[in-house]
Amino acid sequence: MEVPLNAQYIRNIITGAQGVQDHIVHFYQLSALDWVDIVSALKADVKATASLASKLSSWPDNGFNELKATQERLKTFVGSGQLGVFSSGYWGHPAMKLPPEVNLLAAHHFLQALEYQRNINKVVAILGSKTPHIQNLAVGGVANPINPDSQSTLTVERLYYIKTLIDQVGDFIHNVHMVDVAAVGALYADWTTYGKGVTNYLSVPTMPLDPAGTKFALPGGYIPGDISKFKPITSFNDEYFKNNVKESIKHSWYKGDWDRHPYEEETVPDYSKYDEKGKYSWVKSPTFEGEHAQVGPLANVLCMYASGHKATQKYTKIMLDTANSVLSLVGSKARVNINSLHSTIGRIAARAVRTAVLHDELVNQWQLLVDNIGKGDTTTFNPPVFPKGEQRGYGFHEAPRGVLSHWVVIQDGKIKNYQCVVPSTWNAGPRDGKDALGPYEASLVGNPIADPDKPLEVLRTVHSFDPCLACAIHMVDTNNKEIVKVRAF
Amino acid sequence: MSVLVLGIGNLLLSDEGAGVKAVEELQNRYDCSDAVEIVDGGTSGSELLSYFDDRSHILIIDAVKTGNQPGTIVRVDDPPAFFQKKMSPHQIGLADVLGLAAITDNLPRNITLFGIEPKELSTGLNLSTEVARNLSRLVDMVVAELKSIGIKVQAKNR
Repeated sequence: MEVPLNAQYIRNIITGAQGVQDHIVHFYQLSALDWVDIVSALKADVKATASLASKLSSWPDNGFNELKATQERLKTFVGSGQLGVFSSGYWGHPAMKLPPEVNLLAAHHFLQALEYQRNINKVVAILGSKTPHIQNLAVGGVANPINPDSQSTLTVERLYYIKTLIDQVGDFIHNVHMVDVAAVGALYADWTTYGKGVTNYLSVPTMPLDPAGTKFALPGGYIPGDISKFKPITSFNDEYFKNNVKESIKHSWYKGDWDRHPYEEETVPDYSKYDEKGKYSWVKSPTFEGEHAQVGPLANVLCMYASGHKATQKYTKIMLDTANSVLSLVGSKARVNINSLHSTIGRIAARAVRTAVLHDELVNQWQLLVDNIGKGDTTTFNPPVFPKGEQRGYGFHEAPRGVLSHWVVIQDGKIKNYQCVVPSTWNAGPRDGKDALGPYEASLVGNPIADPDKPLEVLRTVHSFDPCLACAIHMVDTNNKEIVKVRAF
Repeated sequence: MSVLVLGIGNLLLSDEGAGVKAVEELQNRYDCSDAVEIVDGGTSGSELLSYFDDRSHILIIDAVKTGNQPGTIVRVDDPPAFFQKKMSPHQIGLADVLGLAAITDNLPRNITLFGIEPKELSTGLNLSTEVARNLSRLVDMVVAELKSIGIKVQAKNR
């Protein structure tokens, strides 16, 4: 069925804004502290930090006074013994290599990132009613009425507010996020040689530009180990994608031992003991063309790069050039190139490149939406028709963590089988039916570990995938805390 | 005065969703003055930060594991001190959100956590009998708290 243009654009804007927010949070709040030593930032010479910052970027909020304020704030936190969000870091770990000034600059941007991520997230909230569990998606379109004469719909005023929010975050991405990632990557250039893992890369096209979903703003495809062998995936009905996804449960705690296409799968939990040679994971093991594939921003960027996508090539070049200029600034002879991306730090760099690409496309999608409404088109929904008999269908999406696909078999209007093959399953899957290592597993082979009791280096590589394993439980546990009084009623 | 009532939890995991069910019941049974914003926080993390802006009070409702009998209601008056745990691998939990709000000077002085001891955490849309039985009492306590800080709350005619 077809989805109205306005609905495509609104969905695309949500996709872009969510990706930008997610990637900013991933770098600053969820992975930077694997590389940045907050406690070391207290020793930084603020003047030297401001001077370094001015060499890296023209960002106006990197001045002496702003940096001093951040350092004072950190001192208060660390001094009071109340580390809060910083309480779990491996401060002073031998693998922490950044000079105090770079640590201070990164900590400064850690705080600023909180502002920018929440502003861009407002775009998701305005269009989706709620975030992260948006409420506006409907089969056949979106539940966002457009009526220029009514205050209770998507008005011009709201659209321009969205534009303001999109523009604000752009300055941060280009002048801070990209630069910080390039600098951290350059100063940890040895990490371009670790964490490569599986180099088959899978990515799907995203942001459809026509009602049928046959043209996309951002391309996708498959790289079977060698970037020159890139094969595109071109539509929502792509046979190449549809026919080549399988999952194995040979090493997973589900009943049986098979490799099956998602339409033919079942999910019957069957827990047994942890057995490295047998079953040892709750995660199934997806394959593409019979092999493991890595998914996520690195896969996405490499596929878009291989397909000739201009913005991706531009921002990849900016990322690598910036990293190389940092390397020459610090007197290092090391240099990075596109092949350096097959690594732990490469996954982080690709995520920043993708953030910049998504942001360009957000600006574009906003313009497309406004222009289309300007033509007098206010349609946002086509009522779906559900045919009788057995129906099979699938949908895919390039989510912030990578390729997401849902597969459904419907029998006379009722769901007969429903399987989700999600990004973290692709990356975290155990060995497949042929006993080949999954992407996480393969990426950890050869990682250095300075202190086995504090395996920071393992975290660096696993975090670089942006794992999605802790979504389920949001409960407060009082057992690890005694200083607070809990009153029972 | 500006008060946030925030229900947290995962509706798909039985009692894990108690906080969300509680704010739903609060909205169904009571009309609150405009000084209160009631939010179903679901499984959100850093997205919640923007709701913390310029609040005088924040009341959080969540499932809380204390080792007491299922359905036991607890009240914690200083949750930020109470939360000192790790960042989760990707999802930013409530503890982290409060920590991030603290470091950006965005945390009101009055934060209270109302919790209920869960029993069942397996996949399922319904609360266990023990938790369901005490949910109204939990909501009543939140209402009493709102009244005590000077908020107008009125039972709906049903």
